[in-house]
Amino acid sequence: MTPRSHRPLSLRLAKDRKTLNNRPVMNDVLKLLLSGEPLDRDQMAQVLGVDQVAIEAQLEELRESGVLLGWRPVLNPEAEEDAIVRAVIEVRITPERGGGFDRLAVRIGKFDEVESCYLMSGGYDLLVFVKGTSLQKVAGFVSERLSTIEGVISTATHFVLRAYKEQGYLINHPESDGGRLPVTP
Amino acid sequence: MSETPDDRPDNPPGPGRFVADHVIDLPRSGIRDFFEIVAKMDDVISLGIGEPDFVTPWHIREAAIFALEKGKTYYTSNLGLIELRRAINRYVEKHFSLSYRPDDEILVTVGVSEALDLALRAIVNPGDGVMFHQPCYVSYSPSISLAHGVGIPVETSVEDDFALDPDRLAAAWKPGCKVLVLNMPCNPTGGVTPRDRLERIARFVVEKNLLVISDEIYSELTYDGVHCSIATLPGMRDRTIFLHGFSKAFAMTGFRIGYACGPQVLIEAMMKVHQYSMMCAPILSQEAALEALNHGEDDVIRMKEQYLRRRNLLARRLREAGLGCHTPGGSFYLFPEVGSTGMDDQAFAVELLKEEKVAVVPGRAFGPGGHGFVRCSYATAYDRLIEAADRIERFVARRNP
Repeated sequence: MTPRSHRPLSLRLAKDRKTLNNRPVMNDVLKLLLSGEPLDRDQMAQVLGVDQVAIEAQLEELRESGVLLGWRPVLNPEAEEDAIVRAVIEVRITPERGGGFDRLAVRIGKFDEVESCYLMSGGYDLLVFVKGTSLQKVAGFVSERLSTIEGVISTATHFVLRAYKEQGYLINHPESDGGRLPVTP
Repeated sequence: MSETPDDRPDNPPGPGRFVADHVIDLPRSGIRDFFEIVAKMDDVISLGIGEPDFVTPWHIREAAIFALEKGKTYYTSNLGLIELRRAINRYVEKHFSLSYRPDDEILVTVGVSEALDLALRAIVNPGDGVMFHQPCYVSYSPSISLAHGVGIPVETSVEDDFALDPDRLAAAWKPGCKVLVLNMPCNPTGGVTPRDRLERIARFVVEKNLLVISDEIYSELTYDGVHCSIATLPGMRDRTIFLHGFSKAFAMTGFRIGYACGPQVLIEAMMKVHQYSMMCAPILSQEAALEALNHGEDDVIRMKEQYLRRRNLLARRLREAGLGCHTPGGSFYLFPEVGSTGMDDQAFAVELLKEEKVAVVPGRAFGPGGHGFVRCSYATAYDRLIEAADRIERFVARRNP
């Protein structure tokens, strides 16, 4: 597993690349965090067979190197309060001399409405995930903010209708293990 | 056949009088007894489950569904699908440095349980001695009896981390011994036997002209060091039946699929029994197993990492709670000592279940050597494991104020 190869743009931009590319970033704590288990520091130490100081050191290393950007729970979009509207926008932009796509990508990424922003290969340049409290607000963001930025050539907006899987979690379709016998050889 | 059933004086009345003597003599499984109690209770956190808590990886289940869609609902060769046997050969070559001819040295079975039964029935003459280490998996002793062999247990002990001691093995040997059954890593102890000891055991086996039936179902779940199969040691390939399967490493218990590898004449003998009793392993399970071998190795690594972390967590918590607990080298079981609480294993398990609703299996279910120990499976989600550890801690604290 080489986390570097498919790391999203938002993450790569978070820190200068030199640090990221020169450091081994996959440590035991990161593996544990990626497994999604909600363990506290003490429990992490027990699980990995080390003391809490070592856990703190590894967490610090993750923050230091810009690998770990933050902590957010994974919510079920189907169960979110009120109507949260999500959309995926394909954006074509004009690359700039000296900066390529980066300056515009960061500029777009700075809007609060933007959850994620990736540079893509293929028929468009940026794939932008946005979130808003109503369809009008998201539409307004696209027409008034995004498409008016100089260098943006075109946008194509796709609204999300339903979520079936969110960041690795299947929604409303738990695997049943209710039939497993409580004591077996 | 000189006696009719009714002639025997101590027969139970009713249809029970038809049951064969050697089946009547089989002890009831201690696990079964305990299961009856647990099954009647609600909200129990069970550390008594002898199988992975993971669901079979989706791509493997999907392969079984696809096979069903394609109408693969027929018998296979008695030995199993040739593609599967080829894949098994590649797998054991890669992971065990063993090589068997797919044509006639590999037999696909309905789990390792069937493979063990076949091996014993194909090898043992009435009265032959079959050595096995204890505490051990619940079926060994009964399977030996059913094959009309004489079981000769060799104790393993906690001081040894439940490895098999070659000296004890030699001391237990007696004329008439024909077979040694090994299960490393071991259910219930998690014990593994280090390579240098295994080499001594292999020399002893050659010297006494024994056959080894080696159940290596937990081999992928070896955490400290590299698993070594006794079949790879000098002189052992021709006197070892290597048993393995998909239940533990690939979380495929319900598929009931395993295999036996060994010298052609031994596999042929097992196949004879298999063809008349089972015919073949279910084709859907064979298709799923093929997918597991071809594309499932990442799943094995992922699950093994999880087990290792849980082992560390639970072993530490049990020791902190005041129970003596070695750190097993493999499987997904801990085998802590409960004597410090002033209770034996049976009382500990029953009281723990009553007071804190945590199920563990009394060690005596795995043979006399298990007295004073309980088996705790850590194939359980973290939150349940942590909650169970909290409850055990409370329970032990009440006993040792």
